[in-house]
Amino acid sequence: MTDRQVFSPLVLGAQGLSCGRGGIMLSEGLDFRLEAGRCLLLRGPNGAGKTTLILTLAGIVTPMEGRIALEGVDEEDGPQLHYCGHRNAIKARLSVLENLEFWASVNGPTGLSPMEALDRVGLGAIAGLDAGYLSAGQGRRLALARLLVTQRPLWLLDEPTAALDIEGHKLVETLIDDHLDQGGLVVAATHDPITLNDPTRVEILAIGRAS
Amino acid sequence: MTAFSALIGRELRMAVRNGGDVLTLLLFFVIVGAVVPFAVGPDKDLLALLAPGIVWIAAFLSMLLGLDRLFRADHEDGTLILLRGADLPFSAVVAAKVIAHWLVAAVPLIVASPILAVLLAMDMGGFWKTVLSLAVGTPALAAFGAVGAAVTVSIRRGGLIAPVLIAPLAVPVLIFGVGAISTGTGPDQSGAALLFLAAISLMAAALCPFMAALAISSGED
Repeated sequence: MTDRQVFSPLVLGAQGLSCGRGGIMLSEGLDFRLEAGRCLLLRGPNGAGKTTLILTLAGIVTPMEGRIALEGVDEEDGPQLHYCGHRNAIKARLSVLENLEFWASVNGPTGLSPMEALDRVGLGAIAGLDAGYLSAGQGRRLALARLLVTQRPLWLLDEPTAALDIEGHKLVETLIDDHLDQGGLVVAATHDPITLNDPTRVEILAIGRAS
Repeated sequence: MTAFSALIGRELRMAVRNGGDVLTLLLFFVIVGAVVPFAVGPDKDLLALLAPGIVWIAAFLSMLLGLDRLFRADHEDGTLILLRGADLPFSAVVAAKVIAHWLVAAVPLIVASPILAVLLAMDMGGFWKTVLSLAVGTPALAAFGAVGAAVTVSIRRGGLIAPVLIAPLAVPVLIFGVGAISTGTGPDQSGAALLFLAAISLMAAALCPFMAALAISSGED
């Protein structure tokens, strides 16, 4: 991976952001400002609203109050964010490579080639296997490979390390590190400790009731 | 455009690999047509008279039954949410899925319609009119169906609600679809009916992807 800045400097800002689902407010009055090359970790107990906040940032759930802005984006540019949720969006009857190739062409093949991305997440050897045979952890790795085939500055990761082994956990940390090196932004909701090369790049936002 | 064709290509590839789905709907279409002669009786003239209606009802039911597979699987495995971040408008994503649905659910019916024509004692002229009317009218069924499927996709086990929901919308398609094959007594108006059918299909294909995309987006909220 290169150390050079790939993305134009963006700032993700939220002002007085309140989000919730089904009419129930989960997190209220959030203010944060995340600059390029920094990672925001969302911490909080189950049900605190981490996933809801990520969905709100992704534009899938409308905020109940307040506003979100991604500053520094050219209107002409396409979608700026990758959302990686609980569900891996893998089709069982397509091969691992076909699954990834599909996302590369739908999201725009601006990043690594699908085969390179598979090698990067450790699935290169089983590219031809039907994705239905993947274990939970391998499915997760395939979902992470999707972030690599299309270059987008903002990553919204919901439990990125779920079902991953220790090595996979390391992989997530390296991927986040490399992405920050390129000037990207990461918002991750996770219960696992995330250790980056440069710990000063991490900000922590506690969500929900203080615990 | 590559994203659009990738979407259609993926749907077709999956339909081929899960061949059972397509085959089930196709057999359903043929069976509806095949059981009617047993219910109505073996009167050839009567069957030939009823044939256009029977073919359309069989196509209608079979397309409605296939609606559930349009969005539900993608909704459940998270693909639908991710497709909203695709590098093309979400309504274009929905349009691609509707086109793929038509290719998978309607084209096989048109290909299989000769079987029904034989079973229902249609003459050659009537058969060609049936093929034409199915080809022109089924895009409207697919497009209306997409709206129904989109509205019900966030409801668990909502599979059979969609057909009930869109049945009223599909009534004009049936009327003009059958009208394009035979207009009964009086002057032949099948040409006009075919044009109406084409108009409905074009309108539905143009507007429904936007409606369905809106329904999915607000369903996730």
